[in-house]
Amino acid sequence: MSVLGGPPSAGGGAGAPLILRDVSLRIAAAESVALIGRSGAGKTTMLRLMNGIVLPTSGTVLVDGVPLAESDLIALRRRTGMIIQGSGLFPHRTVYENVGTVPRLLGWDDAKTRDAARTLMAKMAMAFDEFEKRMPRSLSGGEQQRVGIARAMIANPPLMLCDEPFAALDPIVRRELQETFIALRSDATIVFVTHDLAEALRVAERIVLVERGEIVVDCPAREFLQSKEPMARRFVESAMVAA
Amino acid sequence: MTAADILRVTGEHVVIVLIAVAVAIAAGIPLGVWCTRRAAASQVVLRAVDVVQTIPSLALFGLLIPIPLIGGIGARTAIVALILYSLLPIVRSTFTGIRGVDPAVRDAGVALGLTPRQLLFDVELPLAMPTIVSGIRIAVVAGIGIATIAAAIGGGGLGTFIFRGVAMVDTNLILAGAIPAALLALVADLLLTVVERKLIR
Repeated sequence: MSVLGGPPSAGGGAGAPLILRDVSLRIAAAESVALIGRSGAGKTTMLRLMNGIVLPTSGTVLVDGVPLAESDLIALRRRTGMIIQGSGLFPHRTVYENVGTVPRLLGWDDAKTRDAARTLMAKMAMAFDEFEKRMPRSLSGGEQQRVGIARAMIANPPLMLCDEPFAALDPIVRRELQETFIALRSDATIVFVTHDLAEALRVAERIVLVERGEIVVDCPAREFLQSKEPMARRFVESAMVAA
Repeated sequence: MTAADILRVTGEHVVIVLIAVAVAIAAGIPLGVWCTRRAAASQVVLRAVDVVQTIPSLALFGLLIPIPLIGGIGARTAIVALILYSLLPIVRSTFTGIRGVDPAVRDAGVALGLTPRQLLFDVELPLAMPTIVSGIRIAVVAGIGIATIAAAIGGGGLGTFIFRGVAMVDTNLILAGAIPAALLALVADLLLTVVERKLIR
């Protein structure tokens, strides 16, 4: 069970305006949720609350029913996958070293890590032997993000946090990676930040619209297109213009 | 003055600079790292090492003489002065190098569950290393030049020939100090540039 919730949660620097205000969100295990909203709405902050990179100024964040303030954040992060825009690969490490980061931290032996990396990369249409020793800078943007996904998913994390992972990729590669990602997710809980409505509908069964630090819509994905909420309308309309 | 004399004095010179830079590295890198963690303190530290740099080198050597324990006449005082000079480029380059690490890479490290120590040693320092080495290079090259002044306070090194040459209006003697010093600086610059390039890959 991988639940996240908590009553008023708000993130904001000392004296700075609150980024999130009285946000309450409960995500069930194996659910896939897209957080959408405009730039600066607070969706990334919400995501970062979930693995303790951002700490709430008030309120609680619970993962698996345990308040983050009381849990071992380092251990939690090792079993939480995170994919970010531009992949964030370690530029001084090979593809294999990048993918093997969490296994190394968890103390897996090399044979087990190698097997897991080979299997996972094969599922993403990347030949392990060809890429193993390459450096990130020699990869295309799409390849880098594949490695980023492999690095995040190699230890089968029950919770996946995704922060606009495909936003910088061209539409064709983006589509490919969305499909790869959906195929790989198995039964992990997914929280996916994006400002692309089409992407949100593709990867998630539930859509949460964040505006100015508050949740304004929280509904099943298929109902979102019919939402009457003004900001939701604007998202739907601009997606249609773009299509 | 024989070739053996020149060699011996060059050796002295190299030793003074190496000791000074080694100590400056040992102190400067941790100081630079610490500055990246404390925004307020970093301003004070960086300003302080900046100020040291503005003191004319001859004056700094002279000012150190009366200070107990570290002062006095001889190589030790010279080394202390060189350490102070070498700190700035090393602290600053460490600070700049770590600050220059792509925030996305640092974020990824945190999100993957690296401890702060692992983040520093496995991600931040390796990525900052080319910048840090360029700071060390500047410290070494400048140090070789400044160390010639050490002779003014009895510190030995190639400055011994230069000061004696100036006093005796003996151009050959001046050159016997100046040419090896210039060559040392060039060689050090070249070697450390190669190291820097290797690190950038």
